[in-house]
Amino acid sequence: MLGKLSWSDIPFDVPILVGTFAGAAIAGLAVLGLITYYGKWGYLWKEWLTSVDHKRLGVMYIVLALVALFRGFADAIMMRSQLALAYAGNPGYLPPHHYDQIFSAHGTIMIFFMAMAFMTGLMNVIVPLQIGARDVAFPFLNSLSFWMTTVSFVLINVSLFIGEFSQCGWLAYPPLSESQFSPGVGVDYYIWAVQLSGVGTLLTGVNFFTTIVKMRAPGMTYMKMPVFTWTIFCTTVLIMVAFPILTVALGLLGLDRYLGMHFFTNDGGGNQMLYLSVIWAWGHPEVYILILPAFGAFSEITQTFSRKPLFGYNTMVYATCSIMVLSLVVWVHHFFTMGAGPNVNAFFGIMTMIIAIPTGVKIFNWLFTMYKGRVEFHATMYWVIGFMITFTIGGMTGVMLAIPAADFVLHNSLFVIAHFHNVIIGGVYFGYVAAMNFWFPKAFGFKLNEAWGKRAFWFWFIGFYFAFMPLYVLGFMGMTRRMNHYDNPDWYPWLLVAEFGAVLIACGIVCQLTQLYVSIRDRNLAENRDLTGDPWNARTLEWSTSSPPPFYNFAVVPTVHDLDAFAHDKEAGIDTRAAGADYQPIHMPKNTSAGFFVGAFSLVLGFAAIWYIWWLAAIGLIGVIATVIARSSNNDVDYYVPVSEVARIENEHTRNLMAAQAAE
Amino acid sequence: MKKKILPRLSSLLSLSSAFLLAGCDWDTLNPKGVIGVQEKSLILTSTYAMLLVVVPVIVLTLLFAWQYRQSNTSAEYLPKWSHSNKIEIVIWVVPSLIILFLAVLTYQTCMSLDPYRPIDEEANVKPIHVDVVALDWKWLFVYPDEGIATVNQMAFPVNTPVEFRITSDSVMNSFFIPQLGSMVYAMAGMQTQLHLISNEAGNYAGESANFSGRGFSDMRFRALALSNDDYAAWVQKVKASSEQLDSSNYPKLAAPSEANPVEYFSHAEPGLFDGIVAKYNNGMVMDKSTGKMMHVQSAMSDMNMKE
Repeated sequence: MLGKLSWSDIPFDVPILVGTFAGAAIAGLAVLGLITYYGKWGYLWKEWLTSVDHKRLGVMYIVLALVALFRGFADAIMMRSQLALAYAGNPGYLPPHHYDQIFSAHGTIMIFFMAMAFMTGLMNVIVPLQIGARDVAFPFLNSLSFWMTTVSFVLINVSLFIGEFSQCGWLAYPPLSESQFSPGVGVDYYIWAVQLSGVGTLLTGVNFFTTIVKMRAPGMTYMKMPVFTWTIFCTTVLIMVAFPILTVALGLLGLDRYLGMHFFTNDGGGNQMLYLSVIWAWGHPEVYILILPAFGAFSEITQTFSRKPLFGYNTMVYATCSIMVLSLVVWVHHFFTMGAGPNVNAFFGIMTMIIAIPTGVKIFNWLFTMYKGRVEFHATMYWVIGFMITFTIGGMTGVMLAIPAADFVLHNSLFVIAHFHNVIIGGVYFGYVAAMNFWFPKAFGFKLNEAWGKRAFWFWFIGFYFAFMPLYVLGFMGMTRRMNHYDNPDWYPWLLVAEFGAVLIACGIVCQLTQLYVSIRDRNLAENRDLTGDPWNARTLEWSTSSPPPFYNFAVVPTVHDLDAFAHDKEAGIDTRAAGADYQPIHMPKNTSAGFFVGAFSLVLGFAAIWYIWWLAAIGLIGVIATVIARSSNNDVDYYVPVSEVARIENEHTRNLMAAQAAE
Repeated sequence: MKKKILPRLSSLLSLSSAFLLAGCDWDTLNPKGVIGVQEKSLILTSTYAMLLVVVPVIVLTLLFAWQYRQSNTSAEYLPKWSHSNKIEIVIWVVPSLIILFLAVLTYQTCMSLDPYRPIDEEANVKPIHVDVVALDWKWLFVYPDEGIATVNQMAFPVNTPVEFRITSDSVMNSFFIPQLGSMVYAMAGMQTQLHLISNEAGNYAGESANFSGRGFSDMRFRALALSNDDYAAWVQKVKASSEQLDSSNYPKLAAPSEANPVEYFSHAEPGLFDGIVAKYNNGMVMDKSTGKMMHVQSAMSDMNMKE
């Protein structure tokens, strides 16, 4: 009746998990209680959970990303603490069974649910506004994507309390991940969570690619597109190319596990090398899927706070596109040590280092954007400058790893861990946080507190160096990744320093939380409110509408005359809002709960399949199909916003604008 | 700002130089064989080449940010300037030249440091053959020429090339002796090759560099580089062991064990390694000289080992 599931799968005997469960349960009940107490269920359901508004979905994505960040960081600091203890005969406090789940979950969560969700959230909030569109091409798919991502994250967290998670690392290399060596449900949790979220990501890629191609404001040719939109454009192309590969790789692994097939097994003609090749054919483009939008955010922020257009826009676009293409032909550098011939290794090594050229050019472009500008040291700029310094070092160590003969001694060592955290924290995370600080007032109508933002930066920045520079050293000392304990006295002090760095980063996260709290508390102070919609005197279209924007984004679709359309209009004295114009009724999509229900049924399907509860899996699958059919046969999916409503909202914003001007 | 950023810069620079100078007693930067020595020099050369652009970028970042800060109204301000062909040429050409240099270096070292390439520096010395099998969670070393086998300890004479054939009878591992240089994956049903040499006597740490499950952290071995006499004595010591390794007790050895002690086997059944490779290939193994698949005749091929 319950498949593999039994009482013994609930880890009552692990105090850490029981404590976590109690904490999560209390916090969850408190949130539910508060929602009930304030009677906000209806509001939550109607305005958020069933929303197809890209801005609200973007906000929910970022909330999801922050929750995932806490979970992923909790894993991280547990690992660092284990290695600060487990020296010279001390087993530490995490036995391999638990420790191996933690590093697998850390990587999976940070990539798929922190970074990907954060990136998707940013593109949701920003891209339609930046190209002068009223929504995305497929608003319902957007909601569906969000729910698929969310339920996958729920599924991963369920594995904490029911059963176990994968113990095979974040990419689950076979044959270790085959049922011969990993008979438990851990790898199945991994496969289902990543597969379901992959559906969401792929749909997002299709959705935003279509949006950017088809829905740009009149006059916005490709070479007048803001750089952030360009980077998202390249990212969506990479998503559409790469994510199906991931789906196939994990699908084949699933067939091995569920149906006893032999794609990647040791015996029966299986080939583990094939899995490495396929998974990295997704995995390498994936890191560029993450970093390109960060590059875009840095570009927008640098030009705004340097009070000067971006240096070398064309170069920036060509560099982004060449990175997009090159990122598809470098994946073999993840397994130079697999015994491929020197010609193969040399080809992929050289292709990899060629990526350093356009990336280096981008860094120089940001440098020369600051050059002869008026650089304002806003909290957002701190992250940009911290990124430029840190990322350059990460790029250098990346090129070192790209040289096959150097990789032969550095592969799978802590040097690799240091390198990719150097580019993912120093590049991706710094970029997303900078973007969050920069676009926050656009989404909510008030600014984030700067003092706490700067404190968060210094903790993260210094904490990063303490946490990861020792890992470079340990890599040179021959310490491999994923070790649970060790007895080398030379490694010990460096691991203590790394632990200290992790604590500093924890302080950084606390500062970020405080920043959110303080900003929300002080949101109505005059200096924090954004009445104009353009708090930074920025250059692109999203700043031409109010903050937060009306749900239809633009009452009158703007016409683009030049690159940096809003800056051009401000200079030329063009009233982009065309206040008081003849408004037309606006065609908008209706909210729908279909995405929520497809997600919920998918969660049931995934959970049931993990535990071999086939009747429940059938219910889940039928639920998904029935919801999709019901949604497809519903013709009542859109409506027109009447002119009177548009005029009311626009007039209110005009009053705000005038009040703000009077206050100056 | 100045107070905060400038000390960070200097600490950063001293950190990176400490990296390269103080690193002389770190395993991979303290190599004991010619392969490792070449890899170390490759790492250092490429680092220096890249520092040519990395250091200016970091310095310029801080310099420009400070020089063109908002409050410095005496600095030149060009609110419209966003393009310069001269600068663009420089920022494309300089990284390209460095990458060109590194690409040439990469190609050369891919050829010269190919793990499959026999070491020709000691061409007149007859190499030692060692067959390596990664097991759950220990390393089995078979010496086909000596007919002996060991677990978690191996030895070889100094200044003598060692030719490894590597496979796994379980999950994927990576065979790595940091102070001697290159690693190569160990995979079931396949045989990878590796050529290493030690030019100094010593007792080196060996490990798996690819996560392989529960007992991974203790999957370590010692690699002893001995003088010719000491090596002969070590072989005799192994041959004096009362244990023997054949198809009857191999499954017991191959069964999962953690933190396995060093074991010596005075006799290892011939064809053991080929048999382990062949059992994942329907009894076939590749003949190194012809590249063709052939049947393993050894009794190991129909051994009923754990699946």
